[in-house]
Amino acid sequence: MGVIFVLIGISLIVAGGFLFAFIWAVRSGQYDDDYTPSVRILWDDKKPDNSSTTNTDSPNS
Amino acid sequence: MKESPAFISVSDRKPTCAHCGEPCDTGHFVHQDLDFCCEGCQWVYQILHDNNLQEYYHIQQTPGVNQRVRELTDYSFLDDPEIQQKIIDYASVHLVKVTFHLPAIHCASCIWLLEHLYKLVPGVSRSQVDFLRKKVSIHFDPTQVTLRRIAEMLEHIGYAPALNMGQLEEKHMPVVPRKLYYQLGVVGFCFGNIMLLSFPEYLGIQGDRAAYWFNYLNWILGLPVLIYGAQDYLKSAWHGLKNGGLNMDVPITLGIIALFVRSTIDIFGQFGSGFMDSLAGLVFFLLIGKWFQQKTFHHLSFDRDYKSYFPIAISVLQDEKWVTMPLSKVTPGHRIQIRNNQLIPADGILISRAAQIDYSFVTGESDPIFKRTGDTIYAGGKQIGTPIELQVTKAVGQSYLLQLWEDRAFTQKKETRDHRLADQIGTYFTLAILSIALITFIYWVGRDLSTALLTITSVLIIACPCALALAIPFTYGNVMRLLADKNMYLRSTRIIEEIQRLNHIVFDKTGTLTAVNQYHIIFQGMPLTERESRIIRSAAHASTHPLSQQLDHYLQAHPVFTLDAFAEVPGQGVQATVEGIEVRIGSAVWTGAKDTGQQRQTVHVAFDGIHRGTFVYESRYRSSWRKTIGALAKNYELSLLSGDQDREMKRIRSAFPATSNLLFNQKPKDKLEYIRTLQAAEQRVMMIGDGINDAGALQASEVGMVITEDINNFTPASDAIIHNGLFPYLPKLIQYIRNSRKVVFGAYFLALAYNVVGLSFAVRGVLSPLVAALLMPISSVTMVLYGLAASTLLFRVMKLNDLPQAEWVQTKVDDLYQ
Repeated sequence: MGVIFVLIGISLIVAGGFLFAFIWAVRSGQYDDDYTPSVRILWDDKKPDNSSTTNTDSPNS
Repeated sequence: MKESPAFISVSDRKPTCAHCGEPCDTGHFVHQDLDFCCEGCQWVYQILHDNNLQEYYHIQQTPGVNQRVRELTDYSFLDDPEIQQKIIDYASVHLVKVTFHLPAIHCASCIWLLEHLYKLVPGVSRSQVDFLRKKVSIHFDPTQVTLRRIAEMLEHIGYAPALNMGQLEEKHMPVVPRKLYYQLGVVGFCFGNIMLLSFPEYLGIQGDRAAYWFNYLNWILGLPVLIYGAQDYLKSAWHGLKNGGLNMDVPITLGIIALFVRSTIDIFGQFGSGFMDSLAGLVFFLLIGKWFQQKTFHHLSFDRDYKSYFPIAISVLQDEKWVTMPLSKVTPGHRIQIRNNQLIPADGILISRAAQIDYSFVTGESDPIFKRTGDTIYAGGKQIGTPIELQVTKAVGQSYLLQLWEDRAFTQKKETRDHRLADQIGTYFTLAILSIALITFIYWVGRDLSTALLTITSVLIIACPCALALAIPFTYGNVMRLLADKNMYLRSTRIIEEIQRLNHIVFDKTGTLTAVNQYHIIFQGMPLTERESRIIRSAAHASTHPLSQQLDHYLQAHPVFTLDAFAEVPGQGVQATVEGIEVRIGSAVWTGAKDTGQQRQTVHVAFDGIHRGTFVYESRYRSSWRKTIGALAKNYELSLLSGDQDREMKRIRSAFPATSNLLFNQKPKDKLEYIRTLQAAEQRVMMIGDGINDAGALQASEVGMVITEDINNFTPASDAIIHNGLFPYLPKLIQYIRNSRKVVFGAYFLALAYNVVGLSFAVRGVLSPLVAALLMPISSVTMVLYGLAASTLLFRVMKLNDLPQAEWVQTKVDDLYQ
């Protein structure tokens, strides 16, 4: 039965870790703007384009 | 042919600009097989193209903002260390952080381009856009690039930063109140773990040593819930009691304290497992309700004052040279220059020959006023036409017209007391549960003291009006969201209750009953021939005066001729030579007409010195304005306050009930006083206005509603902002808000039913923590679901979800901030 105290202790530490992760996320401003990241994530990283006159990298191709 | 669809120009139709997407009707530039409507758009395209940023045109088709009206701002004031210090968020030797407000941000391409600013401006290390607030925060190295250079580049690519005087004064605040998130996180954590540790209790395992340890742990986890999570409720209740009133937070606090005290006794006396799970659950639900209710509309600003319309810097004559100087340093004696459409920031004497000042910004009177050399010009007006020079006579902010802002309506805060209804009910509720608790206590105390103590805490616990406290946040929070979907924005849920209590509605005329800058134009005189119409339009087309522009719009079916000569005299009119004919458009004197003493809203036309006729401008009223007023008159007393003269009195009189007060020639201060008079007569007033000239009245009334088509435009001192397309539906929307009160009453009824059930356990002294733990979340969840469902259903039943979805006008940055 004593093992249950160890387990409870571990579970509290894990949960506390998540709580601090959440607090850190709020502190670092991740909850301040909940719209822009949803747009930003859709851009493709583009390979460097050497010629500046051609449009070979159209996104809808 | 290019692959991207953004570059395909449809040849059989009018070409549209590859940058901004507007038709190239006034100009047509072709560059690299692409059409552009103006040089400005082409420049922007060129810059982006040269810097390998064409992706801008791929994310969104024609994402640009039209650059036709393009006057480059002189940003040299950004080199001034004093101004820099006020704008910059953080500065060190190699890193400066600054946040700009860019009203032109409107699409995904904008975000992309602005976040790739480092490609355009070497020295910028990072730029991050907050789309909803239209802000970009930029990190740069001050040794490589200056603040001024960044602002210039932003303007160059079509995103001129909005810099105004108001910004200099406001302190940098965290954008979102983060405390509620912390509270939710902490209480959520405690709630989850307490539930877990309460499992032995739920499963009926008792007497085990482990179960006691779990109870102690629960008690420890309950401490942050009480001290941190519930602190706002405890404080508010204490505050209420101190001021001698019982608000809704009093019974909640009674319940919380009863839960905590009883649990502490149970746990440490080892009588039972306590009610810590109920306590944590209660606070958690309350916080969620609070979070739901605190919906904010980031892109709106309900509290602008006049300072946010003033520029940061202005042209000042110094040592025979025009320099840009921060407005805060402009003192009496300075000679300043005001450009077309720029707001005059300080009182002064006119040095230029003539000026035409539009005071609608402060007075609401829409006709421009003509001024001559030596006349005093008050701050708050806008010059229309050619630039003028002024000798400043009073310091900025001490102007005669801006005294309105010194009124106590602005210096005192509006009553921010939350939810009268809840507080009223809270009062009765507290009295009721206290008497029930007392009766049970008296009943039991003679028989068994420990049972008596048990029942009194049980009664307080079970009667804790958690469900009651949730009814308003969720119902009204949902009402607010539904209305926002249809472009009616309320400042907070408190406004819903204010609207329910109204009995008097006051209208502004210009811009509220009438549409902004739209006129009915009628020509008086012999009908014009096609050629004459074309000549008149050609002359009007070239002029910047608002009346000319209206005329140009009115005659748009007639193509323009090329002008051979053109001159514009402020306050008089324009003279042009077209097709060999000398045409004059303007005032009666200018065209040689007899001054008939008619009101000013007319434009005269003369060909070769002979008066040809007169265009009469009549305000255009919003569609079905009579119906709207008629519908509102059934439930409310109505009044009208207009800054204009009473020439349209008859027309308006017929729409209003005979008992309504219609007042004309009202100065902003008069409007404010009128609202006060009504309030003194026990009226609860809603003011519907549109501009800063109504600000005093909007601020003083119980509900100040601003009607606008441009969300970035005038929204001073308002409690509600509605799109002007919603005007015909206003009676229905108000009716919906009134009806939502019934939804809340329904919720209260439901909560009462739960309480009766719970109390029947409590008074008999048989309330187990398990029953409490079950009853509390069930009642809370049903309350939340009921509030959301009933308010949405009501919205549908009233057919409000069929309302047209109105589009907001995209702000032209040049109009707003110069």
